[in-house]
Amino acid sequence: MDTEEVVENIVEIENLMVSYDDRVVLDGVNFQVRRGETMVILGGSGCGKSTLLRHIIGLERPTSGRIMIKGRDLTVMGEEEMSGILSKVGVVFQSSALFNSMTIGDNVALPLREHTKLEESTIKIMTKIKLEMVGLSGFESYLPSELSGGMRKRAAFARAISMDPEILFCDEPSAGLDPIVGAGLDQLIIKLSKALRMTIVVVTHEMESMYTIADRVLMLHNGRVMFCGTVEEFRACDNERVRQFIERRPEEHHEEESGQYVRALTSDSF
Amino acid sequence: MPEETLKRQGVLPRLLGGCGRWGLQSLENVYFTFRLILQSLYWTFVAPFAGKGLRVGSSFDEMVKVGVSAVPIVALISFSIGLILAMQSAYQLEQFGATIFTADLVAVAQTRELGPLMTAIIVAGRSGSGIAAEIGTMKVGEEIDALRSMGFHPIKFLVVPKLIALAIMVPCLTVLADFIGIAGGFSMAVLSLNLGFTRYLNRTIFALVFKDMITGLIKSFVFALLIGLTGCYMGFKVEGGAEGVGRRTTQSVVVSIFLIILADSFFTALFYFLW
Repeated sequence: MDTEEVVENIVEIENLMVSYDDRVVLDGVNFQVRRGETMVILGGSGCGKSTLLRHIIGLERPTSGRIMIKGRDLTVMGEEEMSGILSKVGVVFQSSALFNSMTIGDNVALPLREHTKLEESTIKIMTKIKLEMVGLSGFESYLPSELSGGMRKRAAFARAISMDPEILFCDEPSAGLDPIVGAGLDQLIIKLSKALRMTIVVVTHEMESMYTIADRVLMLHNGRVMFCGTVEEFRACDNERVRQFIERRPEEHHEEESGQYVRALTSDSF
Repeated sequence: MPEETLKRQGVLPRLLGGCGRWGLQSLENVYFTFRLILQSLYWTFVAPFAGKGLRVGSSFDEMVKVGVSAVPIVALISFSIGLILAMQSAYQLEQFGATIFTADLVAVAQTRELGPLMTAIIVAGRSGSGIAAEIGTMKVGEEIDALRSMGFHPIKFLVVPKLIALAIMVPCLTVLADFIGIAGGFSMAVLSLNLGFTRYLNRTIFALVFKDMITGLIKSFVFALLIGLTGCYMGFKVEGGAEGVGRRTTQSVVVSIFLIILADSFFTALFYFLW
């Protein structure tokens, strides 16, 4: 991303703390997402990246800290104000989360039908455009269960962008999909970012996908921000954790433990 | 680590700790229940008049699912109940030579008690479980999160249409059950007990009081809300995957039938003493 551009932080996270009972999941997370960029949130399983996303889109309230979307603090908002903000944010869930009782067309049209007073004919046209954009034109009348996983994910993208949101959040877009479909989704994300000038935040643990789509990278580890910077900086980073992630090395003590376990199982002592 | 600390603790702290945890959990459940009830009632009865809209289309869809498709089974069961009731009462009343009062007994029992109760139990089994399973599956599949992330209120979107459908259709089904049950008793009396067509009919009309029908309908309205709220509560409480959905679905049927019978005894006592 060009640093000469006017930088405006569309999402700002300040000192976000989240804990359930005694377990601290997010421990003072700070970062900003700039308007128009694609930011990838990286991290191993259980590092709190999904929790972070759930808080940014207002599904849960944090223990403390501030979550600012377009300069307004989500954590002190009433339900109504929040639903106003959320209608301008698109979310693609890991499991697609399409409404199974509705056709793909109805799924995409639902936010338009409920949040706008557009004519049904206009809604039909807009639905068509969105589905075309994700490469699913002609699938309006199919039910989600009749589509493949990759197509469902595309339909979820179409639904997420149906209100022309300024920010799009994606939770593990290529989880459980084959590399070809995953790469296709990466291309779709790039296309949305370029064509619609959307700010996109992607949560993933797939490095290939990250290198393809990211402008900036945020890496979480044990609920803390381990790294935040551009892709080039990420590649050059000599932090041990980051290197481990890039080089795909397993946890060391795990190996030891499993070794002991195998030895215990195979020894004659019992 | 926690296990070791647990072992080092005495019996009393562990007991108190257990009680505390149980108490907190119960409080949380009570809070959740009240919030669900208040929000549901708000979005059903207040918000539409405050201009916050009502999903009329999906309410009609739900009414078809909850009401119209339940007509055959409600009719069949009510008819059988009418038959059984007529036979059982004739068997007893015969001893006093008062078989004709079978008409009174069937009419009163059906409108005051059995019509509303049997209908509610059928609906709890058919739709209460369906509601719990539907909402539960949506929760497991992140669909509820998706709704919220799109700025929709899940209560308004999911619960209210179902509650409205139940509140309208269960009393309607109850009226149907009343008539078909009485018809069942009537056919048994006329065809097998030789009570005479006109005599039985006159006796039934004489025995049917407006008050009995009304109390039955009031009860069925309350049962409808109980079924809907229990189903929704169980649905939103689903955790885990398919297994959680199954467990909560079963619970929704058991709990709503229990609540129906509890409410029924309360209302029967209330109407018995007050009206």
